[in-house]
Amino acid sequence: MFETIDQIFVLIKHVLLGYVPGMAKPLVSAILSVVPVIIAFPLLFAITTVLERKGLGRMQNRYGPNRTGWFGILQPMADGIKSLTKEDIVPKTADQLVHFLAPVVMVIASFLVYAVLPIGRNMVIADLNAGVLFFFAIGSMVELSVFMAGWSSHSKYSLLGAMRAIAQMISYEMPLVLASVAVIMAAGSLSTVSIVNMQSGYTGIWPHWYLFTPWGITGFIIFMIAATAESNRCPFDMPEGESEIIAGYFIEYSGFKFALFFLAEYLGMFATSAMAITLFLGGWAAPFSFLTWIPSYIWFFGKLLAIIFMFIWVRGTLPRLRMDQLMNFAWKFMLPLSLINIIGAGIWHFMPAGFMRWGVVSLLIVVSCVLLSRGLRRNKWFHVRTYRFAS
Amino acid sequence: MLGEGIVKGLAETARNFFGSYVNKERLTTVQFPEERLPQIEATRDFPFLVYDGADPEPGLRCVACQICEKECPPKCIYIVKSADKKPDATGKQQFYPAQFDIDISVCMSCQICVEVCPFDAIKMDVEFEMSSTDRFGGLLLDKYKLAKSNEYYNKIHPTEADAVDAALAEERAKAKLAAEAKAKKDAEAAAAKAAAAAAAPAPVPVETPAPAAATATGETK
Repeated sequence: MFETIDQIFVLIKHVLLGYVPGMAKPLVSAILSVVPVIIAFPLLFAITTVLERKGLGRMQNRYGPNRTGWFGILQPMADGIKSLTKEDIVPKTADQLVHFLAPVVMVIASFLVYAVLPIGRNMVIADLNAGVLFFFAIGSMVELSVFMAGWSSHSKYSLLGAMRAIAQMISYEMPLVLASVAVIMAAGSLSTVSIVNMQSGYTGIWPHWYLFTPWGITGFIIFMIAATAESNRCPFDMPEGESEIIAGYFIEYSGFKFALFFLAEYLGMFATSAMAITLFLGGWAAPFSFLTWIPSYIWFFGKLLAIIFMFIWVRGTLPRLRMDQLMNFAWKFMLPLSLINIIGAGIWHFMPAGFMRWGVVSLLIVVSCVLLSRGLRRNKWFHVRTYRFAS
Repeated sequence: MLGEGIVKGLAETARNFFGSYVNKERLTTVQFPEERLPQIEATRDFPFLVYDGADPEPGLRCVACQICEKECPPKCIYIVKSADKKPDATGKQQFYPAQFDIDISVCMSCQICVEVCPFDAIKMDVEFEMSSTDRFGGLLLDKYKLAKSNEYYNKIHPTEADAVDAALAEERAKAKLAAEAKAKKDAEAAAAKAAAAAAAPAPVPVETPAPAAATATGETK
């Protein structure tokens, strides 16, 4: 019974494939795998927007949207209809073709990465043996489309926003990848499915997640900070800083194209969160051995929602960083710490299991974290600015 | 330690998040169309014309002096003076506005028209839900739409209206006294004249009747 519920989507797909002639099978199989993902994640996007607005509202002691539908549930519908019926304005001096392509490329790139994310047991569109590599390679396409949007709009604000976005995304891609390298080392595989399988065992009631190792928790935190920066969310929303450059790279977009950028941004956030779940939180595995009767996809989406809530919480708490703070943090703290984390993962691998390796690896990471944060702080000195020619 | 402030901040937002569900005091939002806050007495948005009594046509205090029209900074008032006269709030014969239009899409709610009006005829309204599907005609208010009773004015701005009413009552009393005095004086003058006229004919038949009759007819005219 449990097996059936857990594998219900896989079984339905097999039943449906039974009616299809042999030649069309690969194509129909691909469509049957892709369509649910294309439906489920935009739906999650719609739910997230309303949850985010309500959550942020509550953090600021407001109600948030509560007019459309029951408690504002239908708000994303209203927003969607609004953006669909709005006029699509293209600037006269814009590069028409690139201006049109930028949101399309962004959405395609955001959807492509879902190909390697295991949503449940046996539920992955393509089990590539270089899945993690594929994820980060396709994820970099987002930067391309951001710059396409910023450059083709022929507006100084969108160009500034695009420049900021590129600088930030490239800087934070490195800690993002290096944090996952530790997991790849431990799992000995680039395939997302086998990484999840490596973590699916239990000791007593406790799972074998990589989160529960000193290098795993450090890697997870680094990964999540970098993921926040990658998806251009607060406090790293420099590329779209409303108070400085209005909306950043998508300022010249309106109507449905703007909605596509919005969608792509959230899809990117879900994808990196899902990757963090896959790498550090055991993917679809249950957090305790006695909870394994709950279907795997429910665990996956539960974890995803928990991470989304963390994103919303952080957004409601922190103000926007300055560009130099952002860059200093990326290059002087995150990058060295993720490199040390890899060394820590290596030490963990070669030391015999026990409290000894816990102590050694934790000490290494904590000491380097303290030293690096002191290094960050040392730059915070102020001085009276002197003007050579004015005085 | 790095991240200490972030943890503090996260705790604060979490406290607000859960607190807003537990403690209704935290939520200061007023759900507008259903719930409304009482308006403060100094609320003002667009001007209206005050009339006394029940009927706005004779009761309008405005005497079409056009001071407000001249003073209005965005020039949103348009007045046409009447040809004939009617008694104003104090009973004096005055002109009245044949046409009085205010374009509230132009009005900037500066209250200068109210400040300059010597007759307390134009005051500021508190009505703000005035949206219209016709942005030209719907927002151009004529004198019938602008006219609102003194009772309404007393309701929306009680303190101010009391002062205005007291001043007007004083003026009316003064005007009444003046009118009475004048009537008395007129009556006295008429009586004196009548007396003079009555006294004059007495010696007439004795001396020269013809010129006396002429003066008497001249005086009565």
